[in-house]
Amino acid sequence: MSVAATTAPLELRGLCKSYGAVRAVNGVDLEVEPGSICALLGPSGCGKTTTLRLIAGLERPDSGEIAIGERTLAGPSVMVAPEKRRIGMVFQDYALFPHLDVAGNVGYGLGRRPDAKRIAHVLDLVGLGGEGGRSVHELSGGQQQRVALARALAPTPELVLLDEPFSNLDAGLRERLRDEVAAILHEAGVTALFVTHDQAEALSIAGTVAVMREGRIEQVGTPEEIYSRPGSRWVAGFLGEIEVVPGEARDGRVSCELGTVATDSGVSGEVDVLVRPESVAIGVSGPQDATEAEVIARRFYGHDQLLELRLASGLTIHSRRFGFPSWHAGDKVRAWIDGPSDVLPREPVSLRSGPAGAA
Amino acid sequence: MATAARRPPTPLLIAGIVIGAAAMLPAGYLLLIVAGELGPALEVAVDPDTLLVVARTLALAAAVTATAIAIALPIAWLTVRTDLPARRLWAALCTLPLVIPSYVGAYLFVAALGPNGLLQDALGVERLPSIYGFTGAWLVLSLFTFPLVLLPVRATLRRIDPQLEDAARAMGRAPLEVFRTVVIPQLWPALAAGGLLVALYVMSDFGAVSIMRFDSFTSEIYIAYKSAFDRTAAAGLGAVLVVLMLVLLWINSRVRNANAVHRLGPGPARPPKPYALGRWRAPALAFCAAVVLIALVLPVGVLVYWSTKGISSGSTSFELVGALATNTLLAASFAALVGGACAVAVALLASRFPGSASRAIERSSHAGYALPGIVVALALVYFATRAFEPIYQTLTLLVFALVVHYLPLGIGAIGSSLAQVPPRVEEAARGLGRGPSQVFATITMPLVRGGILAGTALVFLHAAKELPATLILAPIGFETLATEIWNQTSFGFYEASAIPSLVLLAIAAPPIFFLSERGTVTS
Repeated sequence: MSVAATTAPLELRGLCKSYGAVRAVNGVDLEVEPGSICALLGPSGCGKTTTLRLIAGLERPDSGEIAIGERTLAGPSVMVAPEKRRIGMVFQDYALFPHLDVAGNVGYGLGRRPDAKRIAHVLDLVGLGGEGGRSVHELSGGQQQRVALARALAPTPELVLLDEPFSNLDAGLRERLRDEVAAILHEAGVTALFVTHDQAEALSIAGTVAVMREGRIEQVGTPEEIYSRPGSRWVAGFLGEIEVVPGEARDGRVSCELGTVATDSGVSGEVDVLVRPESVAIGVSGPQDATEAEVIARRFYGHDQLLELRLASGLTIHSRRFGFPSWHAGDKVRAWIDGPSDVLPREPVSLRSGPAGAA
Repeated sequence: MATAARRPPTPLLIAGIVIGAAAMLPAGYLLLIVAGELGPALEVAVDPDTLLVVARTLALAAAVTATAIAIALPIAWLTVRTDLPARRLWAALCTLPLVIPSYVGAYLFVAALGPNGLLQDALGVERLPSIYGFTGAWLVLSLFTFPLVLLPVRATLRRIDPQLEDAARAMGRAPLEVFRTVVIPQLWPALAAGGLLVALYVMSDFGAVSIMRFDSFTSEIYIAYKSAFDRTAAAGLGAVLVVLMLVLLWINSRVRNANAVHRLGPGPARPPKPYALGRWRAPALAFCAAVVLIALVLPVGVLVYWSTKGISSGSTSFELVGALATNTLLAASFAALVGGACAVAVALLASRFPGSASRAIERSSHAGYALPGIVVALALVYFATRAFEPIYQTLTLLVFALVVHYLPLGIGAIGSSLAQVPPRVEEAARGLGRGPSQVFATITMPLVRGGILAGTALVFLHAAKELPATLILAPIGFETLATEIWNQTSFGFYEASAIPSLVLLAIAAPPIFFLSERGTVTS
């Protein structure tokens, strides 16, 4: 049995919101497909939580539109009250009602005489069947999180918004709950938009990731696209470690110090090849176009090791390999690209600085 | 996350404006009188006699504040940080003197040590050294106000991170030095706040200083008002006193802002290891016991003695006491109900609809508290006799004065419990399909019920004990426990004051108990 009745996409068009001189949200366009999970990913202060509050109706946009299908929720002459939007929200600190028990919280959105069967059903869905009588103070962080989710899902919303839903949980619990919540949302069939600053969280749960920066959406795509084909050095760097190797593109092929790779990006001339450390392979021998390199430092993490290499040209880059076999500083090796890479036109050096990890 | 200011609902805004304006009435009217007769009023203000009264009042306030801190600080430390036996009991016993109104305390002091008092009877001598004047007022007020310092200092001591002291010890500082360099600086805001409460209390106190025959501001004002119905002199003195109180309040706000102690990081929830008293245990116990004996056991004992004496001699009229108690409950309950409702409106405006209008309303609602009760009462007498004759000599005027005077206590209690309800919880309720008024009824109200009860109880407690406003504003023939104690004591009828005092304590005790459980006994 499906919990939600979503048939129309959520659309944001040119959404803007300022607080005084600060443009928190500065022209956001986004479409979220019905039934999908979308992550709004960005560093703190990028405007992602404000975007969520605008959608929920807790803030009024300065300009732009919010609509679910044909139904406009906010626009130049429209401002639907939060209680009339049919949007569920899971707050970062859960915001459970401390004076109500679990069932009271979950049933709050179901009107004055909530349907006990509905409450039981939603509690079953989040794995808290039979716990309706407990006080919310007695629950662990993970259980409170699930009550908050059940409460948001109970009134059959068209959309569920989740604000940093896992940031209050410790690391081990966070990963487990991440998968559980994704499964619950899929089973409920509800459209979900969640905000996070954690790349791993966004990439692992969402069907679509929208990367946000300084009030704007920088790039939208599947997790794989965003990770392996970032549209900018900034997105590349925000999503993980990235190495930049200068190269030259011609006729769909790019040659750089690490060899020659195919590209469909259509650029030609001087380019930067963006490659993640795990796509930099090393070996005693290698393909013909691999380059000579020397291991100059090694950090061992157990399941993998990060090697710092100095290439023949003097460029230093990183390679992430499995934990074994061990490499050591001073090892002479060959290095080449083995995996996805992306190509962007060369920028002047001064523009290359991105966030941490772009080095 | 910044949240845009929302416009308050119109009925709430109108209610707020009416409350704010009502609270400004006494101060505004006092100003009007003084401005209308500026010459004579100024003459009163700069009169050498007035300056002498200023000096006397300030000296008393300073002496009482220092003594209250000297009593409260050791007790706070002993009952929070050491292995003093039964430390919770001592702490509870040491807050109880707050139940005793200062004029009851003063009356008991006189009844025990004054002419024809217990001590004189027991010794069988003709004369005792006089206890009236500065010494008596100082002792009585110190004994019954030190809990105002004890409560905030204890609360702060419990909250500060003991790891800081461990760290200071590890850096080679001796325990006493750690106390001076680490603990005291963190206690400073609480000491300042409690000390200023005491100073304000002393300056606005009427009952104790009058009974102890110490000529402080309030007693001079009352004499000026009573003897000649001298409007200008009383108003001029009142205005000077208000200026003094405002200066203290201003210092208070500066001190608080400058010394707000922020705890860096949550720190561990580890309770501090109690400090072993060792051979200091006996002196520590003796100190606590002496304070409890003098400030609690002796007064209550004297009260019980005179009561039994009054009952056995047949001079106590239970009908009279019943009528007095009824009147007291009547006035205090009205004040508490009206005050509680007004406080909810103002606190809601201030916490949920921040903006310039709400801020102005909240500030003006505090105007009545900056005035001593006697000045509020005087201003309202003048207002009623001059501008609004029908309410003069009515219960309405008395209730109005009590509400205006004690409203900020209610706002404080309700406001702080509103502040503990995160707006997110209300937003979550909105998102679940409930409109603003439904959210208020189903979420906000149940969560702040305790705060509303506390605020109402605070107004009730203070209204029941209020002496000067009741003396001046109660309709002729409407006597309360407070005015009866005052009247009988001024004639030296100790027996007749005892039963009303006991009944007043009994009325005050339940709200005090409830409030100290919540930790909101001081504003």
